[in-house]
Parts: sequence; C-alpha cells; structure tokens
Amino acid sequence: MNQYQQLYEENRDVLGERGDELKAFLESAAEIDKVFAPETYAVNLRRLKLPVDAAKSFKCAVPAVSTTPALVVNDIFQPSKRLPEGVTFMSLRAAAELHPEWIPASVRDDIKSAESRLNDLLWTDGALIRIGQNVRPERPLQLVNILSAPMDLMVCRRVIIVVESGADAKLLLCDHTQDSEHNYLVNELIEVSVAEGGRLSLDRVEESSPLTVRRSEMHVQVGANARFCSTSSLLTCGDSSSKINVSLDASGAEASVNGMVIASGTQTPAFHTRIRHKADHTLSNQVFKYVADGQSNCTFDGLIIVDESARFTEAYQTNHNLLASNDAKMHTEPTLEIYCDEVKCSHGATTGQLDDTALFYMRSRGIPEAEARRMLMEAFLSDVIANVGIDSLRERLRHLVERRFSALAEGSDSCADCSAINALKQE
Amino acid sequence: MLLDVRGLRASIDGKEILKGINLQVRPGEVHAIMGPNGSGKSTFSEVLAGAPAFTVMDGEAWLNGVNLLELSPENRSHEGLFLSFQYPVEIPGVSMANFMKAAINAKRKYFGQEPLTAAEFLKLMKEKRSVVELDSKLASRSVNEGFSGGEKKRNEIFQMAMLEPKLSILDETDSGLDIDALRVVAEGVNKLHTPQNATIVITHYQRLLDYIKPDFVHVLYKGRIVRTGGPELALELEERGYDWIKNEIDAQEQ
Repeated sequence: MNQYQQLYEENRDVLGERGDELKAFLESAAEIDKVFAPETYAVNLRRLKLPVDAAKSFKCAVPAVSTTPALVVNDIFQPSKRLPEGVTFMSLRAAAELHPEWIPASVRDDIKSAESRLNDLLWTDGALIRIGQNVRPERPLQLVNILSAPMDLMVCRRVIIVVESGADAKLLLCDHTQDSEHNYLVNELIEVSVAEGGRLSLDRVEESSPLTVRRSEMHVQVGANARFCSTSSLLTCGDSSSKINVSLDASGAEASVNGMVIASGTQTPAFHTRIRHKADHTLSNQVFKYVADGQSNCTFDGLIIVDESARFTEAYQTNHNLLASNDAKMHTEPTLEIYCDEVKCSHGATTGQLDDTALFYMRSRGIPEAEARRMLMEAFLSDVIANVGIDSLRERLRHLVERRFSALAEGSDSCADCSAINALKQE
Repeated sequence: MLLDVRGLRASIDGKEILKGINLQVRPGEVHAIMGPNGSGKSTFSEVLAGAPAFTVMDGEAWLNGVNLLELSPENRSHEGLFLSFQYPVEIPGVSMANFMKAAINAKRKYFGQEPLTAAEFLKLMKEKRSVVELDSKLASRSVNEGFSGGEKKRNEIFQMAMLEPKLSILDETDSGLDIDALRVVAEGVNKLHTPQNATIVITHYQRLLDYIKPDFVHVLYKGRIVRTGGPELALELEERGYDWIKNEIDAQEQ
C-alpha cells in the first residue's frame, strides 16, 4: 500500500481532511483486495483534463432505447442538458459543493468494506440522481460510465440515487471500456435509497475489456411498500466483482435482484448478493444465470438474511449455470440465515451442460450445431432478460446477447451506434 | 431407390444394438417396422438421423444416392430425412416460430437460396398448421413446452409438413394418443404422402396401420429384420403376438 501513502504525501493540498483519514486508513487497512496493490495505475486527484474525447468516439451498443442520458468519462460527469421536472441528475462533486444537503447519509449500515472506505477517501466524482416526491419521469434515465485514458488509470467513482416517496423511475447504468490497451481499475460505490411507496427499476449493462478490473459495490435501502427491481447483464468483462447489498427496511418492501453473465476467455466475473429482510411482510426474489465458456472462472454467492423481526417474509433465490466448455469453472454458494419462524424461503442452484437431447432434436430439424447451441444458450438466459424493466432494452439485450454468442463463435465483436450518445452530441 | 440400407450395425456404450439391417424403400411406399420392446426399432431410426450417442460399426445407408453416414444430423435433414420423435423434446425459451424459422432458413441456405421474408414465413406456417389442425397459439409458445401428448405429436407432423422431407420416419407416433388425436395425426401423414416421398412407420400396434396403410411390414428382432410381408403380417402379429416369431428365431440361433 506504499503507493497510496505516497499519493497522500504528494496530494495533501487537494485531499485536505480526507487526506488525514486516508493516512489513518492506510495505516490500519489490512484486508483490502489484492487487486489494489499494483502501482501502475494513475489516480486523477487533480482532475486534470485527460486528452481524450470519449463522448465523441464512444459508440454505445444500446441504441433504440430512448433515454435521458448523461456520461461519466472515467470519473468526470458530463450532464444531460434536458431533464424532466423534479429530477436531479448532476455531478456528485458539484452537488457536494453547491447543495450538500441534497446528499443523504450513507446507506451502508453495518457493512463498510475496505474497498468502500478507500472510495470514501479517493472518490473524485460520479453522479447524484434524485427523483422528487411522486415524480414519474416518462423516459428512463441513462448513465453511461466510460473508461478512456492515455495511461493505466484507477477510477474511484460514486453514484448516489435517491428515489423519494411515491416516485417511480427507470434507470439504465452502462459500463464500458473504450480501449483494450490500458489497464483500468475501477472502485465504484453506488448507494440507493427508495423511500416509502417509491419504485426504482435499475438495469445495468457491462461491456468492459479484458484488462479492466472492477470492484463495484451497490448498497440499497428499500422503505415501506417500496420496490427495487434490478438486472445486471455482464456481457464482457475482465476481472469483475459486484457486490449487491439490499436492505428491506420496512413492512411491504420488495426487491427483485437478477443477473446474467456470459463469460469466456480467462474472464473472472463474480456477483455477491446479500439481501437482508429487516421488517415483516417483505419480499425478495433473485435469479442469477451464468453461461461459462473458455477458461472463465465464475462466482456467485448469494446470502439471504431474515431478521427475527421479519415475520411473513418471502425470500427466493435461484442460480442456474451452464458450462459451455470443459475448462470453465463455476463456484456457487447460496446461503440462508433465518432467525424467524414464519417465513417462506427457498434457494436452488444447478450447474450443468447443454441438453444433448435438445441439441440433437434441433439438429435433426436442420439447425446447424453452432446455431442450435447459441439458441439454447440464449434461451437459457431469457428469463433474466424478461425481468429487465426498460421495455426497449429487453429487445435490445436479446440482440446484444445474440451478438455476444455470435462473437464467441466467430471471435469478433463490434458496436452499433448509440442513439443516447448521438442525442448528447447534438445538444 | 429412395432409401438403401445394407448390413447396418451400430452400438451404444460398447453394446451392439443393430446387428446387420437391410432395408430398401422406393418412392411412394409406406413401410411399417414392428417388433417387441428392445428389438432396436428406435435405435434404427436414431442411427439413420445421426444421433451422436450411437457408433456405426459397419454397413451403409444411402438416401437418394447420398451417403447418409457421412453427413451431420443437420445435413441429413437438408437432404430430406425427417424423424418424428417418440418423445418430442421440450425446449424452454425457444419459440416454435424461431425454431422453425432457423430450420427452414438453414435448409434454404444449404441449397443456396435466400432466407424467407417474415411475411413468406408466416404464410407458410399458417398453411402447414392446417394439415394437423394445430392451434395458432402454439407458434408463439416454447417448443413443446407444456404441450399435451397429442399436441406434441401433431407438432411433429407440422414440422414434417414444413420441411417437406423425402423420407419420414415416424417413431411410435401413436404412443400416448387417444383415438381422435391418432386420427388427426394419421390424416396429416396421409395428406403429406406423394408418389415421390416415402414413410417408415415404427409401431408396436396394428392400430395405427388401420389409418396409415403400409405396403410392407417388417419385424425387427434382436437388431435384425427377421421377417417381411404385406399388410396381412401386421394383422397376424396383432392376433398371435410376437412370441411365435421370437421362438422361431431363437430356435434357429441354437
């Protein structure tokens, strides 16, 4: 961790108070992920303008989805110019300076990992998204995170999402690496609160390069009769690990947390979910599906905790995995911790291979083997796609998944024009 | 000769199931293959269709002058072979429409034709559905998922109608069907019959042969065709069972 000490010494002036905390943290932190050890990454604490124009050259693979878009290039926010009434969608850094009262207290209750502490100390920007009371934006909001730099870069980004009572919004979060030459290390912290009767549908899509290391943590607090529904689609990645912690705080809170992964090469995707039921009559449902090809090494660990006070809770979790090659690995660990008697909980995990009888049936009808395999793999993921909240994204994801599997078969990849980015350029 | 099988031997997991099958089928003919359980009837149909689980040890199988044994299952289909499965496979998440579109367009590609347009494809689906009175709703559902026994078998014949094969093998198409479904399926098969194509009906019982009239009846036992006759052989089997043939063959072996 010497490099962070040095970072502190050299940047005392910009880090200010945080610098002293950083110093104290570094002296005590022992458990931080080893991916933070290499000394090759630059950290843009001085907010230098990097000689890249990612908005210009970036092409999003999610066109045909009409959204209110904004970009975060590395960790610098580029706003959307037209916003619906009652919606805040701005730089978190600017919000911290101009309207500190808009930023809620952290929702990380009992869990503060070393990575998120490091994010506390080093974050430079990100986004604040706030949906006002009873506001229901017509179009989904879209936040595109782009990694693009002329050197190896570490990005500490933070996104805060506040859905006030009775509000109902859809949000698309994209993570994209612009080039495949540089090493990127992303330390991302997302904090979400959905107040009483509010609804948030949060869909995430990741397409990052093999050289990208992502450590993402999302903490979600769901209030009374509020609903949080999310899907995470991991199309390509390097070393990607996402923690999703959801706390169902009050009676009637609901969460649907879903994910799909297509892994190939030497990718190491991981999801760690932790759903905690703190109140009575709360409901959670998780569906995670992985297709593991090549020598990929995949992880799912899902934890459900039902507190003693959470009577009449329902909690369900399924994790189904398909090993598409002999060298792919899948680690799955479903865990239930139940401290209350009157609950309905279930979990199920399976790992298997493509159904040979189905494959032969399709081939006997003339469908070539490669196409039949692709169709079966797409079909396997279809129930996760069905949970995507943004209608047009659902159709688009089917296409992206198809393209991903075709690329697997042919070893190529390409992106189409993104209407979101085009809209941004025109403004 | 439409189908010419000579000395076909095949095994699974080292166990020999087909022990030298000879069968010749001409265009316009209907053949029935009957036989007791475990005689190799389904294996014969699956080996012809190219099921990867089986190993062909010896023999030949030609379809219209094409060496079937050298082709992948998909190319055997393109060349005009169709197998109606005894247990049609459920494929959750793949719609009937997408499944059929992939099959039809793969065949067209094989013969250097352009894929069908969406409109052409829908028209073809509609036309062929009527052959077996298949509900239009089934097209948007996943392949065979949640279909009743009768719907599954009708769906097989619908696929046969779509693909217009030269040779169709119907493996126990009558199993699990009530008399009404049996009639619909059999009528569908008869409607598709032309002087240019041929059908092999694999069945346990004579019942199906009241609806689909065979020109030849073969009895398969212990992996070989041990007797061939006309339609009257099926009636005799219905009356006397298989034991007399089994005894005869077993006696010859000793």
